[in-house]
Amino acid sequence: MSEFREQIEAAIPALRRYARALTRDAETADDIVQDTLVRALRSEHLFHGGDMRAWLYTILTNLNRNRLRTLARRPVLAPIKDSDVTTTGPDTGGRDIVRALEMLTEEQRSALLLVVLESLTYREVSEVQGVPIGTVMSRLARARNEIKAYLDGERPALRRVK
Amino acid sequence: MNDRDQIVSEAELNAYVDDELPADRRSAVEAWLATHPEDAARVAGWRRQIELIRERFGHLASEPPPQRLNIERLTHRRYGAIAAAIAATIAAFLIGAGAGWSARGIEVAAPSELARYTTDALVAYRLYTVEVRHPVEVPGDQRPHLVEWLSKRVGSPLHPPELDKQGLKLVGGRLLPGPAGPSAFFMYESPSGERFTLYCGRIKDGQTALRYTGGDQNAAYYWVDQNLAYVLSGPAEANTLREIAQAAYDQIDRRSPPPQG
Repeated sequence: MSEFREQIEAAIPALRRYARALTRDAETADDIVQDTLVRALRSEHLFHGGDMRAWLYTILTNLNRNRLRTLARRPVLAPIKDSDVTTTGPDTGGRDIVRALEMLTEEQRSALLLVVLESLTYREVSEVQGVPIGTVMSRLARARNEIKAYLDGERPALRRVK
Repeated sequence: MNDRDQIVSEAELNAYVDDELPADRRSAVEAWLATHPEDAARVAGWRRQIELIRERFGHLASEPPPQRLNIERLTHRRYGAIAAAIAATIAAFLIGAGAGWSARGIEVAAPSELARYTTDALVAYRLYTVEVRHPVEVPGDQRPHLVEWLSKRVGSPLHPPELDKQGLKLVGGRLLPGPAGPSAFFMYESPSGERFTLYCGRIKDGQTALRYTGGDQNAAYYWVDQNLAYVLSGPAEANTLREIAQAAYDQIDRRSPPPQG
């Protein structure tokens, strides 16, 4: 296998993790990862070195944004399916944070997940999102405040997961 | 205490949590937190968020990926059935989404023929740029055939611009119904997967300058040259859109014969 393919293959587990957190749906996440891989493999001639991971995250982030554009105007407010929760474990804390992530805009969610889950630097996230570092920082700050407000406000009324 | 000259901003608190601060600011922030319990509580809350996110999603990276993500399979394209199923699913919701979007469309006072071209072009942009496996009917590596075929159907010689200098390669093209007959649709792609499309068809208006129309997500530059309407569409936030449109406009303009008489 070529080095290019090996590098792509090595990134698959992390891409799945990011896609799942980004879309909160296992099937959709693997669809997007598959599309990302097909596109990356097809575009070998367009990859001129540099950071393979950042390149793959960029493709995945763009594909997800394209997907959301085709959905309803505010897909971030769509309710989580109960089936999704039951198949992913009984962790009520998990459900909490999943619902909190739902409240964010796509850009906020992507910035936060790339930093805290995928351990990208601010500079790398700014390249993936195609915006200045200052914009990344304000997206992070807003994301964290949104999550805090959500978790604080919702805590007493939290629905129990069976 | 260092408080006198060291006001710590919210951005710095975030950068502190993400380990993005230089060492000197890091110790300044630590000193600040020792004397500002409210900020210390916020920072602790953010760290808890990070833990929750990692607990919830972190294990996915150690799960073995499913067969359909096997790199050998994807490379050899032995995934016909899955691809068809995905394409069908995407097409099913795209048809609905595309129609809804065209209704709220771009704002035009009175829909002129050119405005209808622009609307149709943006609908086509949204419909086809999300396609991974079937974005075009004829791929860009068959450029002569593609151009000959679409020129014949549109009824006018077409010259899709070369946008390599702008970092774009021709993905290919397809034939689409347009406001006044068949329209040609060319798709270009950047290395990071951003797609731009050029839609063109015959129109009665003679000539216009380059104009812009922007939605909240997609935007387009459009113009008329030699009785052909052109619409170049792309992501609204891409600051390269204008540069690309200008390059396309210039190339097409250069090919036009000088005005007669």
